[in-house]
Amino acid sequence: MTRLFQRHTRIAVRRVQRKKSPFIYKSYSKKPKHRLLRKRKAQEQRFRRTGLAAIVLASLFLVSLIWNIVASGYSAFTQVQVRIPVTYEQGLIEKEAYRTIIQKSLTELFPNVENRSEKRALFGLISRNAPYILQKEVQNNPSLVGERHEVWLPVSSQISIFYKQELYRQGERGGSVSPTEAAWITALAQSKRMRLSFNAAFFTNGDSREAERAGILASTAGSLLTIIVCVLMAFPLGVATAIYLEEFAPKNWFTDFVEININNLAAVPSIIFGLLGLAVYLNMFGLPRSSSLVGGMVLALLILPVIVIATRNALQAVPRSIRFAAAALGATPTQVVFHHTLIYALPGIMTGVILSIARAFGETAPLLMIGMVAFVVDVPKIFTDPATTLPVQVYLWSNNPELGFVEKTAAAIMVLLAFMALINLLAIYIRQRFEIKW
Amino acid sequence: MRKTLLSFTAFTALAFPVCAQAGEQIQIVGSSTVYPFVTVAAEEFGNSTGFKTPIIESTGTGGGFKLFCAGIDEASPDMSNASREIKQSERDMCAENGVKDITEIKIGFDGIVLANSKEAERYHLSKTQIFKALAKKVPVNGALADNPYQSWNEIDPSLPNDKIEVYGPPTTSGTRDAFVELVMEPSCKDLPEFVEAFPDKKVRGKTCHLLREDGAYIESGENDNLIVQKLQSNPRALGIFGYSFLEENMDIVQGSIVEGKEPTFGNISDGSYGVSRSLYVYLKDGHIGKTPGLVEFATELVSDEAAGEFGYLAEKGLIPLPAEELATVQGRVNALVESAAE
Repeated sequence: MTRLFQRHTRIAVRRVQRKKSPFIYKSYSKKPKHRLLRKRKAQEQRFRRTGLAAIVLASLFLVSLIWNIVASGYSAFTQVQVRIPVTYEQGLIEKEAYRTIIQKSLTELFPNVENRSEKRALFGLISRNAPYILQKEVQNNPSLVGERHEVWLPVSSQISIFYKQELYRQGERGGSVSPTEAAWITALAQSKRMRLSFNAAFFTNGDSREAERAGILASTAGSLLTIIVCVLMAFPLGVATAIYLEEFAPKNWFTDFVEININNLAAVPSIIFGLLGLAVYLNMFGLPRSSSLVGGMVLALLILPVIVIATRNALQAVPRSIRFAAAALGATPTQVVFHHTLIYALPGIMTGVILSIARAFGETAPLLMIGMVAFVVDVPKIFTDPATTLPVQVYLWSNNPELGFVEKTAAAIMVLLAFMALINLLAIYIRQRFEIKW
Repeated sequence: MRKTLLSFTAFTALAFPVCAQAGEQIQIVGSSTVYPFVTVAAEEFGNSTGFKTPIIESTGTGGGFKLFCAGIDEASPDMSNASREIKQSERDMCAENGVKDITEIKIGFDGIVLANSKEAERYHLSKTQIFKALAKKVPVNGALADNPYQSWNEIDPSLPNDKIEVYGPPTTSGTRDAFVELVMEPSCKDLPEFVEAFPDKKVRGKTCHLLREDGAYIESGENDNLIVQKLQSNPRALGIFGYSFLEENMDIVQGSIVEGKEPTFGNISDGSYGVSRSLYVYLKDGHIGKTPGLVEFATELVSDEAAGEFGYLAEKGLIPLPAEELATVQGRVNALVESAAE
């Protein structure tokens, strides 16, 4: 029996060596006869099956999550528009009565509507923000005054949901549209006055309480400003700390103490950093509330320990022989670090930094305390402007009662995920391209 | 090392002197219930005037007052939204920090509804029945006991034979505060069993506010959309949320009739639907003239176009004030405008 067992093992080993296949158990071509061997093989297969099941389950969750988001969000990238004949009457434009202009052209399209409440419903077809679109057009192009043009304007959120539902998802809930409104839309659609166009407003507008106008520009700009501040603060501080601790600091109880604390800080819940930011940055230093400056500084605290740990690991991975060789050639310890060790460790450091930026990018909890969970319409331009971030925008939209925000929320999540994927790809690229294997 | 250190010091040096810029834009904090309405007015204000759009944070009523009352300097918020009146303790806190003059602006009402899926039958409930279904302690055979009711028909045979399952807001929510005050307290505080067990009024009030924790009342977070979704997937359950969410989701949920009144726009606005509360915005008088656009924004907020019967806030689900009351509020704001002009 023992010999048989040895033979089997030998065959297995040889096959593995030949094929370099990780699937060792496949090489047991015949069912092993030995009881213990059978038992071990069964164990092996059990483990593999469990592992496979875990992966399948995890991917199922992921796929259903992404499917869910995409299915409810993809329609947000299109906007329903209606074409109406607009007369830019001079008198009305001087009074800035753009709403009246639109109401006039709607009455022109549907002259039979006379009842007051029906008129209200008719005027409600067009987005509440349409007058400001006309106003902007006239400001950009004053020669329009007195002319008559066909203009595409966005419809209101309810109508948009109804129209998209007819197009994309029959049978799903479509909000509350009265039969009269439905008849109007059908009439408009038949006379080719309805269209679905790319929703540029979603990328060029700030937040809005009208779903058809709400966009992610303000929150994306806020996110970028916040991340810039965060990196400017966390990167130099974190790397400097790590270099000192790894290369220069003496090993004593104090550095041990610092090290333990840094490792602990990496595991502290993020809301704590928000409280710290509120107490120190806002109350002590008097920095402006809701600004990306404070947001970035709070997120910098959050990712600082992660950067320190990643940098130390990267520095440790550089072989001692490099340091000795540099020192042997007469380099001072500082020169050894900055001319050699740090350079070789840089790809590793960058990977760590980029991954921690991805973490900072997705944070909302610490921002709540410092007032960045806010309704921000204007796009922030400098670091002290009131700002919000992309994940916060997702959170705020998900709380809105209007149905139109359901697709916006999902679309904002898609953009957020795309940013995350980009950041992670960058990290992978840097690791593949520059990493040095010793 | 020198370079990175240098860049860091340069950055911090750059960052700090610019901090005196706060106060050029209206800052508003407070209730998440008022947030959806004030944001609409703010957007309209930013669109139609040359002023910047106000920044509005949703911090909850209590959290809002904390920030609002923190000081009179320009970094503190100019307005605070509230889904209840300001408490005396909060006024005291304000006064302590130099915020002496506050103007109360009532903008409208919000109804709290108990709703269920349209697939199920509409509930007809009385406040006492709701109390019996949700209170932690109820009178049983003349003594207080942990709530024994498991299904609605145990409370009243006219109610359906369904398990009591109510999704509602957590303790931190203003909606929950208002709900227990408007529904639970009136049906509880005069019950002889409670008076006997808790002679002290304060303790009794607190006990009356307790909701059961055995799974019949399910805390569902501050997100009312989530509750609506749960009602859709579980037609036997009820949910507690604000009227604007009912209005938006009329196609899948229906409001239960409480004390014979349906939660409709008309019933809430004339006060006959009993579970409704007033919504307020508080304005710091000391910031008038310092924050540009502050009185103008207050005027916009209470204008007929916004808070009136057919205003855009009503379109968003706010129940407007009766005409006379709105006129009083408008008068108060006009007084502010005049005082600012002087």
